[in-house]
Amino acid sequence: MSGTIWLPIRILLLILQSVWLALGQIWSNKIRSALTTIGIIIGVASVTAVIAALSGLKASVLTEFESIGTTTIFAGPDLPREGKFRNLPWHKIQFEKKDLENLLENCPSLEVYTPATWRSTSVRYGEQTVENMLIRGINNSWHKIENRSVIDGRPFSIIDEEQGWQVCLITEEVKKELKLDKDCVGQEIQIDGRSFRIVGVVEERISAFDMGRSKAEVYIPYETEWKLWRNHPVILAKAKKPEVAEEAREELRFYLRKCKGLKPGDPDLFRIETVEQVLRQFEKVSIIITTIATGVVGISLLVGGVGIMNIMLVSVSERTREIGLRKAVGAKPSAILLQFLVEAVILCFFGGLLGVLGGQGMTSALARIPNAHLDKAYIPMWAIGLAFGFSALVGIIFGMFPAAKAASLDPIEALRHE
Amino acid sequence: MLIELKDVRKIYKVGVERIQALDGVSLEVRENEYLAVMGSSGSGKSTLMNILGCLDRCTSGQYLLGGHDTTRLGSSRLAQIRNEQIGFVFQSFELLPRTSALKNVELPLLYSRKQGWWNRRKLANASLERVGLAGRIRHRPNQLSGGEKQRVAIARALVGGPSLLLADEPTGNLDTKTSEDILALFDRLHEEGQTIIMVTHEEDIARHAHRVIRMRDGKIISDEKQTGRKPA
Repeated sequence: MSGTIWLPIRILLLILQSVWLALGQIWSNKIRSALTTIGIIIGVASVTAVIAALSGLKASVLTEFESIGTTTIFAGPDLPREGKFRNLPWHKIQFEKKDLENLLENCPSLEVYTPATWRSTSVRYGEQTVENMLIRGINNSWHKIENRSVIDGRPFSIIDEEQGWQVCLITEEVKKELKLDKDCVGQEIQIDGRSFRIVGVVEERISAFDMGRSKAEVYIPYETEWKLWRNHPVILAKAKKPEVAEEAREELRFYLRKCKGLKPGDPDLFRIETVEQVLRQFEKVSIIITTIATGVVGISLLVGGVGIMNIMLVSVSERTREIGLRKAVGAKPSAILLQFLVEAVILCFFGGLLGVLGGQGMTSALARIPNAHLDKAYIPMWAIGLAFGFSALVGIIFGMFPAAKAASLDPIEALRHE
Repeated sequence: MLIELKDVRKIYKVGVERIQALDGVSLEVRENEYLAVMGSSGSGKSTLMNILGCLDRCTSGQYLLGGHDTTRLGSSRLAQIRNEQIGFVFQSFELLPRTSALKNVELPLLYSRKQGWWNRRKLANASLERVGLAGRIRHRPNQLSGGEKQRVAIARALVGGPSLLLADEPTGNLDTKTSEDILALFDRLHEEGQTIIMVTHEEDIARHAHRVIRMRDGKIISDEKQTGRKPA
């Protein structure tokens, strides 16, 4: 068929043709092409692995919070960063026991709450002593807030709480560390030298935040903690529904300000956190890490790009006669430009492809590290798209100069080139 | 008239020195002429070839190819003219290595606006057949003899159906026997109607042409019809 072909189709054919030529060229210089793309491969592999690790961590954290529930609210004393209350002594801002008495009446959006304390101290059973055991003071409602039930024995009774009996709940891990009997309910352990009777065992929860920390915890009624050690509480509470979590937070804030006798305009002397907020904070941190990683990768892609440019310049110089011949038989400068540009882009694209594969390999390896909470690590589609997009962009940017050099060669000079 | 050169001058600047490679050349070539350009090195015959082949532009004067003025055209338009109207044959063949004879011949069609990819193979095959290489289309340049290489190059020059075949010392790298074969091929192409301009410095070879122009110092010093032409 003769006659002029429709322009877009002609351009498409020209590109396909350039791709074909470029593949042939790359194939005939296999080793050189492979070495050239290493910079790109490393850059893309590391960014995809970092993104995959972050995605995995985020997935773990999300699951974690979902199990706690998005209704959990934490409140604890906190000094403002500036203003007249900046240097207030701690005993002025800590929560008083009486502050909590009317909490539920004043915060209708809250379902339950518990005063809570935690500290580390030594715990002894017979000959076995464990230093730095975590002791938590709680009320019965804690089980509902943390969604952890008693799997053996019983929870604290109202009498335990009101009288401040010296009773405790433990986790399975405590059994192991103190070498308690399998059926330990009813046995006595010494906390800070005082005798506590074990009334039950609380289920453990695998938590992303316990990295390397022991899951051994001893629970005692808050009232007991107060009676024996005068430890001031923080508040753990649960909103009735996720939708009213923000209202519950505001009610709690209003109530706590009233308790502290704060005037309008005074800063809060406490901090209220919801899971939502913590999630948002995590989101922020992960964005920062992603940005830094992207920067590092940008640099390595830059280095990779310079490598590509270098090899393309060598290629142009080696193929000067060929370029001259192509021009003599009618290749326009734009066709030569396209040919070398496509070659550079394809080189980078291969680099991107191998990089993504390498990143996948690194991700699989990361996922197998025990206790790193990266078992959910995966490369999201957008990261793959980004990797390829960036590689192509590097190819275009760094391929442009050699390609333009080839396109502007004088055919006569080029054919005379030795 | 296929080619009209009117008072063409070409000046190169080398540093501060100005070299007058062509000094007012006027030339007319009709369709189906077989012209040999002779002259010693530095006579301007290569510059003339480059200008005739639209590889270079003259400093002043006018070049009409097929009645169209090419003097003011940009490099893209010149590339298109080379692609459609001119076939080059070089002394050192200039075949792409590691590329089959067929693919080498297809090369100009790659850049053609007129031919689609679906025609390339057919045209390339026909062109190779025309130069008598139908059986060697899969061979690569390193598997071909010098004469065969030059035939592939000629097939490549002819594949687009050019109005002008430009040959620059086409037998310069070949032995006498092979040279005769190539020249016989040129004679045949000429009989089939092809316009040929050939640059050479050998009288024996120039004797094949119908017309010989001789150059010295950028000027045409003689332009004569050949009567006692060597038979094909």
